[in-house]
Amino acid sequence: MTSIFDEDRKNIACTLIYVEPNVVTQLRTKETDGYRATQVATGTRKEKNTPNALKGHFSKAGSSPKHKVLEFEFPNHELNLGDTVDVSLFEEGEYVDIVGTSKGKGFQGVVKRHGFHGVGGQTHGQHNRGRAPGSLGPGSTPSRVFKGMKMGGRTGNSRVKVQNLQILKVIPEKNLLVVSGAVPGAKGSYVIVEK
Amino acid sequence: MEELIKLVQAEYAKDDVPQFKAGDTLNVYVKIREGEKERVQQFKGTCLQRRGSGATETFTVRKISGGIGVERIFPIHSPSIEQIEVLRQGKVRRARLFYLRDKIGKKARIKELRK
Repeated sequence: MTSIFDEDRKNIACTLIYVEPNVVTQLRTKETDGYRATQVATGTRKEKNTPNALKGHFSKAGSSPKHKVLEFEFPNHELNLGDTVDVSLFEEGEYVDIVGTSKGKGFQGVVKRHGFHGVGGQTHGQHNRGRAPGSLGPGSTPSRVFKGMKMGGRTGNSRVKVQNLQILKVIPEKNLLVVSGAVPGAKGSYVIVEK
Repeated sequence: MEELIKLVQAEYAKDDVPQFKAGDTLNVYVKIREGEKERVQQFKGTCLQRRGSGATETFTVRKISGGIGVERIFPIHSPSIEQIEVLRQGKVRRARLFYLRDKIGKKARIKELRK
């Protein structure tokens, strides 16, 4: 993340997204696969670390081995095998949704995980319960804890979508998108930019 | 990635920022827009700290205005800043001068750096 200044000289926090050209590696059609989609691949992968089956798959599209393979629908675009999809898809000023995998936080309590407020305050005779979940429900009826009760557990490392981020800049020669605000995930992780 | 961040920042980077650090007395010329008109306001005070790096670097200026302490944080490369003037270099022993907030009157003074 960094920040840039707009025309009103406001300081806007922004994230840089490096968009390597995505190669179309397969076209899913209604006849052969039962649905329509376009498979694209991106990222770099060493030749020696690629299984032969995948090598064949990529060479069909005339591409070098890629790291990440995903399927999308491009309803308004006519794409053929081996075509590339890059930042030119986006325009400055338009709004996009960004999907990523959030940073893993490990086992966390309910205060961090679900935004509980903890039990009690500094006074009223309580102690050791500042970040506790409190009651899990009624007693002898139903004499069980309902499913889906919010408790502590593994937090983060899940798919998160952030909606309505503005594209501040498109730099085609560097394959770069500048998006306002923060996006989910650690530095260097993959994200999906949805139009 | 680091290079790409620098590339985006380069557009806004200023090359005429004077050298200054915490303890210096600064006069900051800030452009202010009032409706259609634009004018320059001065903010004169002691620099408490410099923070961050690159395009996101900021500095804090503290002054006493009408008996009340006022602090403003400016991004160094902000286009709103017309000019930063270093009026006086201070002799201080730390990079963050937050202890000045608790000092009043004569105790809040900083000695001038004599080379």
